[in-house]
Amino acid sequence: MTDPFETVIEETTGRAKVSTRPRATFFKAVSAVVWKDLQAEFRSRELFSAMLVFSLLIILIFNFALELDIKTRQSVTAGVLWATFAFAGTLGLNRSMAIEKDRGCMDGLLLAPVDRSAIYFGKVISNLAFMLIVELIVLPVYSVLYNTNLFQPGLLLVILLGSIGYVGVGTLLSAMAVQTRTRDILLPILLFPVVIPVLLAAVKASSGFLTGADISEVMLPINLLIAYDIIFIAVAFMVFDSVVEE
Amino acid sequence: MESKPLTLKILDVVAILVLIAATYMALNAPTERVMGEVQKVFYFHIGTAWTALLGFILAGLFSVVYLVTKDLKWDRYQVAAIEVSLVFFLITIVLGSIWARPAWNTWWTWDPRLTTAAVTELIYVAYFMLRQGIDDPDRRARFGAVYALVGGLSAPITFFAIRLFRTIHPVVIGGSNAEAEGGFSMSADMRTAFFFALFAFTIIFIDLFWNRIRLGDLQDKVEQLKLKVTM
Repeated sequence: MTDPFETVIEETTGRAKVSTRPRATFFKAVSAVVWKDLQAEFRSRELFSAMLVFSLLIILIFNFALELDIKTRQSVTAGVLWATFAFAGTLGLNRSMAIEKDRGCMDGLLLAPVDRSAIYFGKVISNLAFMLIVELIVLPVYSVLYNTNLFQPGLLLVILLGSIGYVGVGTLLSAMAVQTRTRDILLPILLFPVVIPVLLAAVKASSGFLTGADISEVMLPINLLIAYDIIFIAVAFMVFDSVVEE
Repeated sequence: MESKPLTLKILDVVAILVLIAATYMALNAPTERVMGEVQKVFYFHIGTAWTALLGFILAGLFSVVYLVTKDLKWDRYQVAAIEVSLVFFLITIVLGSIWARPAWNTWWTWDPRLTTAAVTELIYVAYFMLRQGIDDPDRRARFGAVYALVGGLSAPITFFAIRLFRTIHPVVIGGSNAEAEGGFSMSADMRTAFFFALFAFTIIFIDLFWNRIRLGDLQDKVEQLKLKVTM
C-alpha cells in the first residue's frame, strides 16, 4: 500500500521547488502537514473520538467529585472546563506525535526539503484544530447538562488563546516525549508544570467572563495569555530543529 | 585517573569552614523581637534560595550556549547546576515551611512565591525524568537543553501570573508589602550574619557545582572506556 500522506508532501514540495518565492513554499509546507493530519484523522477518527469521550468522562467525574449543584457550579465551571481541556489535550498531543513515530512518518517528514519549523507549525495547527473541535462539542454539552450558557464571545476568545499556548508548548514537548523510553507517561509530567501560567490566566479570564466581571479585570489575564503564546511559540520555533534532529 | 585539583580540595575545606561560621553567626545574631528563635531560619532560607536561583539562571544560559555550540561540556555544566540547585531549593522550601508554621500558622499557603517554588521544583524533577528516558547522550543533551530553556522561561511567568492574586510573603530586602505577614527590619548584627550566610552559601554552591562537574566528566570518561572495551 502506498502511503497517501507521503504523496501529498512530495507533491507539495515538488511544486514548492518550482515556486520562486520562499515564503510561499513555507506556507505550502505548513498546509501540507496540516492537510495530511486532518485527512488521516478524518479517515480513522481515532484521536478525535478518544479526546471527546475522554473529556465527557472527565466532566462526569467532576460532577461526582465536586457535587456540581447550582451554587458550586458558578464558581468552579471555569476550573472544570480547563482541567477537562488540559487532560484531553495531552491525550491528543501524545497520540498525534506517536502516530508519526510509530509508522516512521516522522522520518518521511524530516526528509522533505522544507524548513523544519514548517513541520512544527503544521503540527501545531492540526493539534489546535482537534482541540478546538473537541472544545466546541464540550461547550454545548456542558451548557445543556448544567444549564449555563457558555457561548459568550469573550469566553470563546479565552479558549482560543489558551488553546494556542497549550498546543504551542505541548507540540514541542510531545515531539520530545515520544522519543524517550517512558513516552506514554512523560508528556503530562513535562507539560503541566510549564503550562501553569496558561491554565491560571485562562481560568481567571474565563471565570471573569462567566461571572460578568468588569472588562478591566479580564484584560490582565488575557494580555498574559497573549504574551505567553507569543513567547513560547517563538521559543519553540527556534528550538524545534534540535528536537527532531537525528 | 587524575586526582582532585588542589584548588578544589582547598575549596572543599573552605566551604565546610564557612558553613560552620555561618551557622555560628546565625545562632549568635540578635533574636528577633516578635518571632523569636525561629526567625534564624531566615539566614539559611535566603542563602539557599539565592544560590538555587543562581543555579537555575546559569542552567538557562548553559541551555542557550549548548544549543548554539553543541559542545557536551555545557550539558554537563547544566546538569551540575540543576542538580545542586534542585537540592538547595528543596532546602529553601523546607526551611520556609518551618518558619511559616509559627509565623503564618500554617506549613503551606498558595502564595505566589511558594507556588512558584513548588512549580519550579516540579519542572526540574521533570527535567531529570526526561533525561532518564533517553540513552543517546547527544539527544539527551539536546532535549535537556530545550526543556531547561522552556522551563526556565515559564517559571518567572508563573510567578507574575500568580501575582495577579495577593501575596502574604514578606519582602525583607528592598520594597515592602502592606499585606505581608512576618516582615521585620534587620539590625546591624543581623545584617552581618545575613550577608555572611549569602556569601557562605555561594561558596558552598560553587564547591558542589565544581565537584559535580568533575563527577560528570569522570562519568563521561568511564562511559567512553566502557565503549572501547566492548568494541
